[in-house]
Amino acid sequence: MSTSLRNNSAVALAAAAFVLLLAGLTLAFYWVPNAPVEGFRQRIFYIHVPVALTSYACFGWAAWKALRLLWTRERRYDLESYTAVHMGVIFGILTLVTGSIWARTSWGVWWSWGERQLVLFLVLFLFYSAYFMLRYSVEPGPRRERMSAVYALFGVVLIPVSFMAIRLAEGLIHPVVFDRDPSDNLAASQLTTFVVCFAATLALAASLYVNELTGKRVDERLRELREALT
Amino acid sequence: MTSAEKYVTAAYLVVLGVLLAYLVIYAFKLSRLEREVGELTELARRRREAEPTPEPDREEVAP
Repeated sequence: MSTSLRNNSAVALAAAAFVLLLAGLTLAFYWVPNAPVEGFRQRIFYIHVPVALTSYACFGWAAWKALRLLWTRERRYDLESYTAVHMGVIFGILTLVTGSIWARTSWGVWWSWGERQLVLFLVLFLFYSAYFMLRYSVEPGPRRERMSAVYALFGVVLIPVSFMAIRLAEGLIHPVVFDRDPSDNLAASQLTTFVVCFAATLALAASLYVNELTGKRVDERLRELREALT
Repeated sequence: MTSAEKYVTAAYLVVLGVLLAYLVIYAFKLSRLEREVGELTELARRRREAEPTPEPDREEVAP
C-alpha cells in the first residue's frame, strides 16, 4: 500500500472512530431506555461487551498475521501480528476494568473467581501479556519472529473457549445475551446502540492499530538508517 | 447522582482515561522519533561535508 493511501485510511479510520464513539455515547446515555431488571447500570454493557469483542478481534487478527508469517516468511507480518497483540492487550485491560465495575454494581463484588467467563478471560489476557516477555527474551531475527507467531497462533484457541464458557457454564450469574431464548435477547433500541458502540470500538482499535504500526515501522527504519550511517 | 450512575460514569471514564494515557505515551514516542530523525539528519549532513568534493572535469583545449 502506498504511503499516501495509508495516511488517508488512517485519517478516515480516526474520523470514523470519533463519529461512531460520539454516536454510541449519545445513544447509550440519552436514547436507549433503562433495562427492566438491571436498570441504569445495564448501560455499562454498551462499553464492556464491545471492548471485550474488540479484544478478541485483535487477538484473532494477530493470529491471522502470525499464520501469514509462518506461511509466507514475510517479515512485515511479524510487526503486524505484534501490533495486533499490543492492541488486544490494551482492550483486554479495558474489558477487565469495565467488567469489574459492572460486577461491583450488579453483584456487589469486584471479582468472582467462581465465574468461568471472567477467569477464562483473565487467562486469555495473561497469556497474551506473556507474549511480550517471550518476544523480548529472544534476540531479534527470524527465530523470534517464528516463536512469536506460534505463540500468537496458540492463543487464538483460547478465544472460542472464553467466548463459549458463559454458555457452557451452569447456574452462574454472568448475564447471557444473543442466545436462543427470546426473553434474554436485546430489544431493538438496545441492539442498535450495541451495534453502534461495537462499530465504534472496532474503528477505534483499527485506528490505533494503523497509527501504532506506522510508529513501529518508522522506528524500525530509523534503526536501520542509524546502522547504515554509523 | 445514584450509585448506579456513578459506576456507569466510572466505566466510561476509565475507557476515556486509558485512551488519553495512550495519547500521552504516543506523544512521547513521536517526540523521540522526531529527535532521532533530527540526529540522523545532522549525522548525514556532517558525513556529506566531511567527504572530499570531486574536482570538476576539465575540458581539453585544442592547441
